Amino acid sequence: MLKTRIIPCLDVADGRVVKGVNFVDLVDAGDPVESARAYDAAGADELCFLDIHATHENRGTMYDLATRTAEQCFMPLTIGGGVRTVDDVRALLLAGADKVSFNSSAVADPDVVARAADRFGSQCIVVAIDAKTVAPGKWEIFTHGGRKPTGIDAVEFAGTVAAKGAGEILLTSMDRDGTRAGFNLPLTRAIADAVPIPVIASGGVGTLDHLVEGVTEGHASAVLAASIFHFGDYAIAEAKAHMAKAGIPMRLS
Amino acid sequence: MRIGIVDYGIGNLGSLRRALTLMRFDAQFVTEPAALDSVDRIILPGVGNFADCAASLRLAGWDEGLRQAVSENGKPLLGICVGMQLLASHSTEGNDADRSPHGLGFIPGHVRHLRQEGSAERAPHVGWNSVEPSPSAGAIFAGIPEGTDFYFVHSYVFRPDDATHVVAQTRYGAPLPVAVRRGRVFGTQFHPEKSSRAGMRLLRNFAETPWD
Repeated sequence: MLKTRIIPCLDVADGRVVKGVNFVDLVDAGDPVESARAYDAAGADELCFLDIHATHENRGTMYDLATRTAEQCFMPLTIGGGVRTVDDVRALLLAGADKVSFNSSAVADPDVVARAADRFGSQCIVVAIDAKTVAPGKWEIFTHGGRKPTGIDAVEFAGTVAAKGAGEILLTSMDRDGTRAGFNLPLTRAIADAVPIPVIASGGVGTLDHLVEGVTEGHASAVLAASIFHFGDYAIAEAKAHMAKAGIPMRLS
Repeated sequence: MRIGIVDYGIGNLGSLRRALTLMRFDAQFVTEPAALDSVDRIILPGVGNFADCAASLRLAGWDEGLRQAVSENGKPLLGICVGMQLLASHSTEGNDADRSPHGLGFIPGHVRHLRQEGSAERAPHVGWNSVEPSPSAGAIFAGIPEGTDFYFVHSYVFRPDDATHVVAQTRYGAPLPVAVRRGRVFGTQFHPEKSSRAGMRLLRNFAETPWD
């Protein structure tokens, strides 16, 4: 039986994990390479690395950091942030990513998803969608870190990128991100039910029950969280045990 | 024991080499078919599109080089993910005029989409799924308990014509063949190099077992 994945997310800015990390066994708490090593040892199912201040100038440094992070992972690694072209995807795959995540650029040009999927296969193309509630049961895509409204309906867009060949959707609720109030479950469910590809729920996790709800009520295939793991509130194994107890199939090692 | 990882320009092979190196195997990238002579065992990775991978293999003469290494020199071969699918005779993926849908044909059989295999689940099949080795699986699964989770990410499935060539299955909407063997030729649909300890063990089994 396929297991539900728990994916810690490293938000990286200027070579450092932001939102903070608080593992006791880290030599350097804000170093993505150290964090990757710790999450690999802790039994995370995948790791997500997002360059949140991606600029053209820092690409070289980012690739180097991505490579060093990948070296610590015997689990799959998704890298995103500032990915615009098929060549960006290629460079990140060569740097050590197993999957590459498009964000704003896929909104501007959904065909870039088709080009990348055709070249490298759907299995390594993730589309990150940042959505905000604009009316009950209506969610709009926002880009540029949630600052720029696009007028595009999130559910419709999810269907579009799935049809273009995206292999997964990483769905972040901008209303919930950082609030620790739990996933936006109606949004998560609306998108998970609308597309034939896996959906990773993100944004708002504050408790282990939130992780459970993302799957049972949000119909997500995987749950992503940052703060609750970085700050050491919960260990990966603890989260897995909690979800398993709630009847969700988990990989327990 | 020298392990050659076939590098035919299809992407990131670093994690595979790291996994082998960590276990103290002499693992190296093989960048031309002639260099297969200098390795004892061969790993054929593959990501993305079957037809593209097959075309890349043919372009540089890897198909003939691998055939020679396997059939004439008896070198054990392990295909991973699309590398496993390439062992097949034929695929329905990317089946258009410009792209060759034929595989290496080391294990007769066909590669089809999950839907054609009767799985109605979300595609691609992404994540950790439990693997059930068949009783005939033998040493490739030595030390790996039944039902151990391995990491998958694929939309297509290789089903050998001869069911005895299937050495492990998983369930994802339907029973799917996920590991194959014919003589010294092996394949896994899952990624051992991304599958933590169990994956390491399988790579070690492949590298160390004196295959008949």
